[in-house]
Amino acid sequence: MPKMQYTHDEVIKDMTDMNIAFASGKGGTGKTTISVNLAYLLALSKQKIQYLDCDVEEPNGHIFLKPDILDKTTSEIMVPLIDNVKCTRCGMCSDKCQFNALATLPSDVLVFPELCHGCGLCVHICPEKAISEGKREIGRIEKGIAIQDIDFVHGILNVGEPMAVPLIQEVKHQYKRDYIRIIDAPPGTSCPVVKTISDADVVVIVTEPTPFGLHDLQIAVSVAKNLKKPIGIVINRDNGKFPLLETYLFENKLPVLMVLPEDLEIAKHYSTGNIILKTIPSYTEKFKELAVNIEKLLDTSKGRW
Amino acid sequence: MAHIKEMVIISGKGGTGKTSLAGALSTLFKDKIIADCDVDAANLHLILKPEQILETKEFTGGKKANIDPNRCTKCGVCRDVCRFDAISEDFVIDSFSCEGCGACYFLCPSTAIDFPTQLAGHYFICNTSKNGRFVYAELLPGEDNSGKLVAAVRNEAREEAMKVGAGFILIDGPPGIGCPVISSITGTHLAIVVTEPTPSGIHDLKRIVELARHFQIKTAVVLNKSDINPLYTEEIKQYCNENDLAFIGEIPYETSFTKAQKEGMTILDFAPDCKASLAIKSIYKKILNILEEV
Repeated sequence: MPKMQYTHDEVIKDMTDMNIAFASGKGGTGKTTISVNLAYLLALSKQKIQYLDCDVEEPNGHIFLKPDILDKTTSEIMVPLIDNVKCTRCGMCSDKCQFNALATLPSDVLVFPELCHGCGLCVHICPEKAISEGKREIGRIEKGIAIQDIDFVHGILNVGEPMAVPLIQEVKHQYKRDYIRIIDAPPGTSCPVVKTISDADVVVIVTEPTPFGLHDLQIAVSVAKNLKKPIGIVINRDNGKFPLLETYLFENKLPVLMVLPEDLEIAKHYSTGNIILKTIPSYTEKFKELAVNIEKLLDTSKGRW
Repeated sequence: MAHIKEMVIISGKGGTGKTSLAGALSTLFKDKIIADCDVDAANLHLILKPEQILETKEFTGGKKANIDPNRCTKCGVCRDVCRFDAISEDFVIDSFSCEGCGACYFLCPSTAIDFPTQLAGHYFICNTSKNGRFVYAELLPGEDNSGKLVAAVRNEAREEAMKVGAGFILIDGPPGIGCPVISSITGTHLAIVVTEPTPSGIHDLKRIVELARHFQIKTAVVLNKSDINPLYTEEIKQYCNENDLAFIGEIPYETSFTKAQKEGMTILDFAPDCKASLAIKSIYKKILNILEEV
């Protein structure tokens, strides 16, 4: 396999219109730190970058990218409205609803909006046509321009709201063409992560060399593999003292795209809400390497090599 | 029968040290059942080392639809009614996109769609050598219904507590503020929020506190890695003060947490006299006091 040499500029040109998702399994491994710094680096070289924060439960990208929010819209899902005059309390809707969002009582039908997934089944199957739909707010989408003209989008889930997935979908509806799209996923390995990475061209999984990190990395890798995504690994806070992680990565042929050392300086800068590359420019080379390796991974997966 | 007190450790932001604290507290509470409700990335078993799994139960989450191509007439009704874009133009259902609502199944005019229950994970009732009964779960990678699995784990923990007459249930919760978190905290007597002195830590602390307030759950705050940024440490204490939150202790940055984890131990077993362990012992006493009052 010939090893191709890229210059940095060629590399990032090729990433336009790609979705690069950052996931982690375990929380707090550094997804946001890595993704905002990569966005910053690529934007510095005059690339059009869109940053989309899909961690709608606890979005943090804005703390580092400091966007001016120019547009706010509420995000809604559909919820059934029962016409009590037409309703015969036949029980069909509550019987068929898979989410227990409806309960038929002798006097009326109760709707539990926070359990409703907005699928519309009850509207279709009601024999009396007694159900219509209203809207329920689950959160909001904010858009703006961040440092280095990064196009910024995040979703903020209302507190107390369990339905994160439709809001994540809404964030992804904001994709802009001709941009490199950097997507920050929520932690975990369940449906919100699947929704976030489902259309990613590459999934970068950020891990740390600890037993908890490795355990959750393995689950995150299974999720990405089930979705047939090209996977690359970033090891954060490395201290070279956890051979189990290296063994796992080697045995599973998972490419390591970047290793960031355990560095109290990074931790301190992180704790001030600043971009690492602004305050410790020596890390720029590392992030350039990350960009090049992501591009290589995209290439390999497209079968160009 | 004595009233069982349930406490849950949560954080909003991931990686602040929930599981390390839960592991340490589990060695201090004698009369308890432990439940790991971070069902999509469970870690507590890695340091509690259950020695015997007493029972493994299957968790069936929701259902998923499948189209049988032999019965399908390609009429398109299913594609029209599916709101989750789960059905392709050639009438194949993507199981990851399928929400399990059954709209296609119930409305298909040719009854060409099957809607079987899916195995979505397992949960385990175990014995630990030193820490008594422990319930944890593994959601299959990428599955949904994590909130339901959390509810199953909590039910199991309550049954175990009644069986053995335990006074406390100690729950290690998931990160975030969404469905599995809500399922982990509803009906508990105390939420212990672990935060860190960083902008993300504070930001997420405020949202999780708001969530606990929404469900009217008494909330206490523990500040981990308290010495990495004095400015934010002060801001968090002030926030707790202004918002009537019990600030029950700060744990200094301590490399022994990672070392203990690598040995598969809690920090209290690994380094019982380090500053962090001493801080956790004092936190334990404060939790006991609060639980006596609720």
